[in-house]
Amino acid sequence: MARLDRAARSLFLAELLAGMRLTLKYMLKPKVTINYPYEKGPMSPRFRGEHALRRYPNGEERCIACKLCEAICPALAITIESEPRADGSRRTTRYDIDMTKCIYCGLCEEACPVDAIVEGPNFEFSTETREELMYNKDKLLENGDRWEPLLAKRLELDAPYR
Amino acid sequence: MFWQDVTTLSLTVLEALAILVPVLLCVAYATYAERRVLAAMQSRKGPNVVGAFGLMQPFADAAKMLLKETIIPAGANRALFLAGPMLTFILAMVAWAVIPVNNHWAVADINVGILYLFAISSLGVYGIIIAGWASNSKYAFLGALRSAAQMVSYEVSMGFVIVCVLLCVGSLNLNDIVLAQKTIWFCVPLFPMFVIFFISTLAETGRAPFDLPEGESEIVAGFFVEYSSMSFGLFFLGEYANMFLMSSLTTILFLGGWLSPLPFAPFTWVPGPIWFLLKVFLCIFMFFWVRATFPRYRYDQLMRLGWKVFLPISLFWLVLTASFLFAFHLLPHKLA
Repeated sequence: MARLDRAARSLFLAELLAGMRLTLKYMLKPKVTINYPYEKGPMSPRFRGEHALRRYPNGEERCIACKLCEAICPALAITIESEPRADGSRRTTRYDIDMTKCIYCGLCEEACPVDAIVEGPNFEFSTETREELMYNKDKLLENGDRWEPLLAKRLELDAPYR
Repeated sequence: MFWQDVTTLSLTVLEALAILVPVLLCVAYATYAERRVLAAMQSRKGPNVVGAFGLMQPFADAAKMLLKETIIPAGANRALFLAGPMLTFILAMVAWAVIPVNNHWAVADINVGILYLFAISSLGVYGIIIAGWASNSKYAFLGALRSAAQMVSYEVSMGFVIVCVLLCVGSLNLNDIVLAQKTIWFCVPLFPMFVIFFISTLAETGRAPFDLPEGESEIVAGFFVEYSSMSFGLFFLGEYANMFLMSSLTTILFLGGWLSPLPFAPFTWVPGPIWFLLKVFLCIFMFFWVRATFPRYRYDQLMRLGWKVFLPISLFWLVLTASFLFAFHLLPHKLA
């Protein structure tokens, strides 16, 4: 009887029709994808994207060249050189991140005592050459100026959980 | 005399264009429709950027294909390598000569229309075999072998299905076949044959789940691995034109061609070609739907299905149809 049942099922294409019904049902359901470059998905404030060096509201750069980020970076992507500035404060003369080495773990921003180096919400920074991904201090500060409103917002939203 | 010839010739050319231009347009949009339907069934959006709703996508694809470089492999047989796609494309176009879109609207309303179609679709395998052999590549050759065996296997049961229909009609003319369905479409009394025919057309056109000649996952792209640019484009157009051809054939044999579904007022107002197109589009949609639903058959399963399932069933149904028609004196007068 079971064999007859199975034979009848395959003869009348029962399972095939069930499959086709399922695909038809999914055709009429709403789509799960979005029009990416025009629409973007929601993003967590903890998202770790492109790096930026932030400044204080008065325009002074935050980084004090403590090199904690350089020390903690597991991918050895960060290179820092520093010298005392004319006014006696410690500041970096060189702050490079090799974005091709970076693994976006976020340990640099965890280590930073002054919230200078942060990872922002930007993930659309692909380039045409490899050299363009060797970020220097100017590039990082420029990123900071460009994304500051979002970076500040991001830190504020995540602060209660730190 | 001369002017008469010129008129006949230009009229024939115009007739050919009148069927081929819409066919190619349909083919172009079938590629778009397929992508949209597949996308929808996989909860995606599909191409929707080029033009409104992505409607210019086929033209963008065509421009891309024309601008790319035609690469001919060093080890390939040049002449045959180029002949393969041309043959596939030409055969896919030539078959349209006998398709009636409305009562007596065929370029060639010949009395052996169905045989002509069957012959042309069998010849189609040559384009693939030639391409596979001339590419001088293992994958292409394997794809071509698979395709040849597959087409031969499924043409047998398709033949029996067609004979079933012919028994009920008593004519090989496609126009007569449609007119014979005035009372009832053949998909109703010959429903099992309709299903077998549809599945066989999937195999005949090398569409999923019988796309073993292409088999992207195991033999890369099968017989057209080595093709690029417009020679690839011709294969692509040929495949889709064949899909339309087989859908038209299904429409003519089983779905009553240009006849309206119900033979009274609001339905009969719609002109025949519109009904024909709608039915063809329905079949094409079925092709996409099946592709979105089923995974590819294994080669031995394909052969088993063709020879051990379809052949006996279609043969049995053929005998059944014949005996039924004979016992109840229903054989069409031309045969009785």
